[in-house]
Amino acid sequence: MFGRLSMDALPLYSPVALSGAAVTVLGALVAVAVLTYFKAWGWLWRNYLTTVDHKKIGIMYIVLALIMLLRGFFDAIMMRSQQVMSVAGEGYLEGDHFQQIFSAHGTIMIFFMAMPFMSGLINYLLPLQVGARDVAYPYMNALSFWLTAAGAGLVLISLVVGKFSTAGWTGYPPYSGILRSPGVGVDYWIWSIFISGWGTTMSAINFIVTIIRRRAPGMKLMHMPIFTWTVLCASIIILLCFPALTVATALLGLDRIFEMHNFTNEAGGNIMNFANIFWMWGHPEVYILVLPAFGIFSEVSATFSSKKLYGYKHMVSATAVITIFSMLVWLHHFFTMGSSAYVNAVFGIATMIIGIPTGLKIFNWMFTMYRGKVRFHSTIYWLLGFIVLFVIGGATGVMHAIVPVDYNLHNTTFLVAHFHNMIIPGVLFGYLAGYNYWFPKAFGFQLDEKWGKRIFWGWFLGFICAFMPLYALGLMGLPRRTAEIYDPSFMPLLVVAFIGACLVLFAIIGMLIQLYVSIKNRDKLRDTTGDPWDGRTLEWTIPSPPPEFNFARVPYIDEIDGYAEAKRKGESLKLGPYEDIEMPKSTPIAFIIGVISFVAGFAAVWQIWWLFFVSLVAILAATIVRSYNDHDEYEITAEEVKEIMESHQGVSS
Amino acid sequence: MTEITASNAQEIEDKEHPMGNLGTPASNAKHGERALGFWFYLMSDSIIFALLFANYEVLINGVADGPRANEIFEIGRAAQETALLLLSSFTFGMITISALSGKRNLALIWLVVTFILGAGFIVLELLEFKELIDDGHGPQRSGFLSSFFALVATHGLHVLFGLIMLAVIAAQMLSKGLTEPVLSRLYRVGLFWHFLDLIWIGIFSIVYLPGIL
Ligand code: HEM
Ligand SMILES: [Cu+2]
Repeated sequence: MFGRLSMDALPLYSPVALSGAAVTVLGALVAVAVLTYFKAWGWLWRNYLTTVDHKKIGIMYIVLALIMLLRGFFDAIMMRSQQVMSVAGEGYLEGDHFQQIFSAHGTIMIFFMAMPFMSGLINYLLPLQVGARDVAYPYMNALSFWLTAAGAGLVLISLVVGKFSTAGWTGYPPYSGILRSPGVGVDYWIWSIFISGWGTTMSAINFIVTIIRRRAPGMKLMHMPIFTWTVLCASIIILLCFPALTVATALLGLDRIFEMHNFTNEAGGNIMNFANIFWMWGHPEVYILVLPAFGIFSEVSATFSSKKLYGYKHMVSATAVITIFSMLVWLHHFFTMGSSAYVNAVFGIATMIIGIPTGLKIFNWMFTMYRGKVRFHSTIYWLLGFIVLFVIGGATGVMHAIVPVDYNLHNTTFLVAHFHNMIIPGVLFGYLAGYNYWFPKAFGFQLDEKWGKRIFWGWFLGFICAFMPLYALGLMGLPRRTAEIYDPSFMPLLVVAFIGACLVLFAIIGMLIQLYVSIKNRDKLRDTTGDPWDGRTLEWTIPSPPPEFNFARVPYIDEIDGYAEAKRKGESLKLGPYEDIEMPKSTPIAFIIGVISFVAGFAAVWQIWWLFFVSLVAILAATIVRSYNDHDEYEITAEEVKEIMESHQGVSS
Repeated sequence: MTEITASNAQEIEDKEHPMGNLGTPASNAKHGERALGFWFYLMSDSIIFALLFANYEVLINGVADGPRANEIFEIGRAAQETALLLLSSFTFGMITISALSGKRNLALIWLVVTFILGAGFIVLELLEFKELIDDGHGPQRSGFLSSFFALVATHGLHVLFGLIMLAVIAAQMLSKGLTEPVLSRLYRVGLFWHFLDLIWIGIFSIVYLPGIL
């Protein structure tokens, strides 16, 4: 009846795990209590849980990302303190528990922090930048979000019921196979990313079609804002590479559940198939994350320098080249696993080539600022910090691309330093810049600037302290994923790394304080113009926060940065009269399917097969019910549009 | 420059975005958009199959003292399966033609025929799986058989899903008639069905044919 699920699944075996579970459950209870206290359930249901509005979906993605950032960071600081403590004594974490923590940290940060943060920003901005009223498939958009949330929910509940994987975020067999990892941990890992991966693929299709079909009239591809370009390229990578993740996790799951031999070491299986398929997704994933961040940096550098982006066309071609090459270098993740020298050399060189378009981009951002009227707002701080740090990360990346060097470094903390060096300044700084930049668009008031700068310095200095020592420790020979470190000579640098993590902690707490302070002072920080930064692209032509239909009148754009150009020439965007607008209706079905998917994943993890099949049938039924719906739209008349727009005073859309 | 009004917005739209209707029967721009997205989905799905094919090729000699491809595959049955599926692609074409010319009942008849052909394919495939498993050549036997079952069963699951979609479309044709949304759905199910045919041709030529040659 309950498959493998029994009372043993509760984390009573260790006080540390128990307190983790307690915090998770308590967090959920507090959320429920707060919502009940403010009688907010109805509001939440109507405005968020059932919404198909891309803007609200975007906000939900970002809230999810921030929650998961907290959780992932908590894991990180646990690892850091364990390593410091273990030099002198034993530390407080069992080896097995430490493994769960680094696996959860990596999985959460990549799949449930960075990806949702990206999807959130794209969801919010993409339709606004291309002058559309929504994405191409609003219902599917909501479904994508709820599948992502279902995956995140599975990771969270693994802390309370059962254990998480100990096989790292990459889940390599044979360790992740059923013989070495008989528990449910790897299954939690598999099902959480399998389910959320579906959501991600659907969003990519949504974004691509939105860009192809829903651009404002007049906007040719080469007029699109650069962020939109990077979204297009990242979505193409998702479309082509996420299937690899699906196949890798599905086949691993088959091996585990049915004792099949796709990736086993015996009975003719081939574990290298896993490494290959996994990294055919895994390497491009980095570019999926970083390209939109590059897009944000481009927007920010142009806006805050009050200048056109330097070399728009080159930026576009560099993005395209990176897109193609990102799919050709996956093998550099396992140079040491027995390919021939010839194969290794080819992939090493292909890896280095990516440095060229990336370097070009860095120069373009600098030339954009050069001789511009740079406004040193906290938003552009992220760009400046990124340029400084990313160059270091790029250099150590090229070191890894040199095969003999990689042989010495690949499993040390040098590698850990390198990829954090790419992903924190490259990805997270970019998203935080985007968060800062577009916050007033979404909520109608700016974020507190003083805290903005403090947060930046916390992340920037914290990053340097936390990860530069890891380069040195790696060169000294410290392996990654080590729970207990006995050599006292590692101690000083480990302490520096720990201090760095604490600085990041201040930055993260600072983000919460910033939210609080900004909401409190929202009247002072209010943006009544819709265009607080003197922006260049279409999203700044509409009121903040935008009305549900985004654009009361469809704008006409026929050049790059059309809004900035129009402002410069004192022209309008050639807007017509108000018209009736059709908007998609809210529906609970996407939310329901998300919840059932969570149940299905949970049932599969614990092998409660009847529940699994009931859930599948329920999902199918919900989908069929939905397919009967031919009229999921309602109309806002031109008269109402006019009224809504006139209530936004001072805005001229 | 052109002034945008509600009435000419669509015209401008069509001029500016020629990559539109990809041959959908529906004139409605929204349905063209859906078809376009479905093409992208198929692209993504074909990569899933490509990787399963690659996995199969790598493991083809991983037989672990078990049987090899040429010892277990019956070309006769595979040929029958191929015939059923190819025929069903043809009858699907007939559904589309009848539906587009407004002959609902004819379309429904062809739909039932298509459904039966597809179901026949599934039955044959299940029989084959059952025999293999009964002979001790199940997916647990060797890496080769694991990859075979993973690939062929994934295709089979797709066909099963296609059958469900066919049933839904039939129900909608009955209850709603040949409305534009129904036609647009039929168009996408059709894409899916022909796509599966294509994948099967790959399976037949990569899995079954070399087995007997
Ligand atoms: C906020 C500051 C962060 C700190 C202090 C931190 C710390 C750590 C530590 C201590 C490890 C384990 C290193 C080892 O293997 O010995 C680790 C691994 C990892 N981190 Fe972070 N991290 C942070 C942020 C991030 C972010 C933002 C991401 C991705 C978006 C990320 C992705 C990863 C991944 C993928 C691993 C590898 C996990 C594995 O070995 O399976 N981290 N991090
Ligand atoms: Cu890589």
